[in-house]
Amino acid sequence: MEFLQSMDWMQLLRCFIVGGIICIIGQILIDKTKLTPARILVIFVTTGAILGGLGLYKYLIDFAGAGATVPLTGFGANLAKGAIEEVQNSGLLGAFIGGVKASAGGIAAAVFFGYLASLIAKPKIKKQ
Amino acid sequence: MDNPLDTQEKYSKYVDKKSPNSPILKNCFNAFWVGGLICSIGQIIANFCKYQGMEQQSANTVVSIILIGLAAFLTGLNIFNKIGKFAGAGSLIPITGFANSIVSPAIEYKSEGYVMGVGGKMFTVAGPVLVFGISASVIIGIIATFFVGG
Repeated sequence: MEFLQSMDWMQLLRCFIVGGIICIIGQILIDKTKLTPARILVIFVTTGAILGGLGLYKYLIDFAGAGATVPLTGFGANLAKGAIEEVQNSGLLGAFIGGVKASAGGIAAAVFFGYLASLIAKPKIKKQ
Repeated sequence: MDNPLDTQEKYSKYVDKKSPNSPILKNCFNAFWVGGLICSIGQIIANFCKYQGMEQQSANTVVSIILIGLAAFLTGLNIFNKIGKFAGAGSLIPITGFANSIVSPAIEYKSEGYVMGVGGKMFTVAGPVLVFGISASVIIGIIATFFVGG
């Protein structure tokens, strides 16, 4: 298949390794601290936003592709990147538009598919 | 008698002693390869989108939408929670964990109705993520105006 021939396998390997390492950091936080998963997700998104705002996260994206964009740090970095780009286009107003605009697809998908999946799911009967 | 519940400190030590030691190396290994695999699936989807002539930014959005949709339905079918138990942060930290965090509480509170039960509880974990993520982006945007405008 032509598509498979066009694949950059080294890029895929870098993606696998970097994505995996970011998850290891999360796992260490789970095992070594008493942080709840919600707090860990918030830490990852905020860290990603700060790294994105400082312009550092894009180097990781250049290196690892989806290995950097798929983890929640990438979601945060994308919010920050969107805000900065929109500020360049429309000034202060962009600070309020850009972040959500850049991640609108993900947020809308999460809300829509989340609701849909909840509707079709059967609630578990808790065994005591 | 040495009562472990005497002081806060003693109690904390008592809990640490009694709670099972989580095998951190094994957990990290599982988190590594499952997390890496999820990111790689994302990379292959992104490459396919670009192969079809899509721009990078749009390709990334498609990846997010597909992974979120998959994770949401796998959570609904109670498959994702089994992956989560095995992989820990490997499935929590990628965007799939965000989708899982929306669907899990929504299912649990389904009995409270489709508006406040499902619609409201969807955001018990995702809400804080959006609050902090979006707030950070607004602050960063405001800071950026000083560098762009000035």
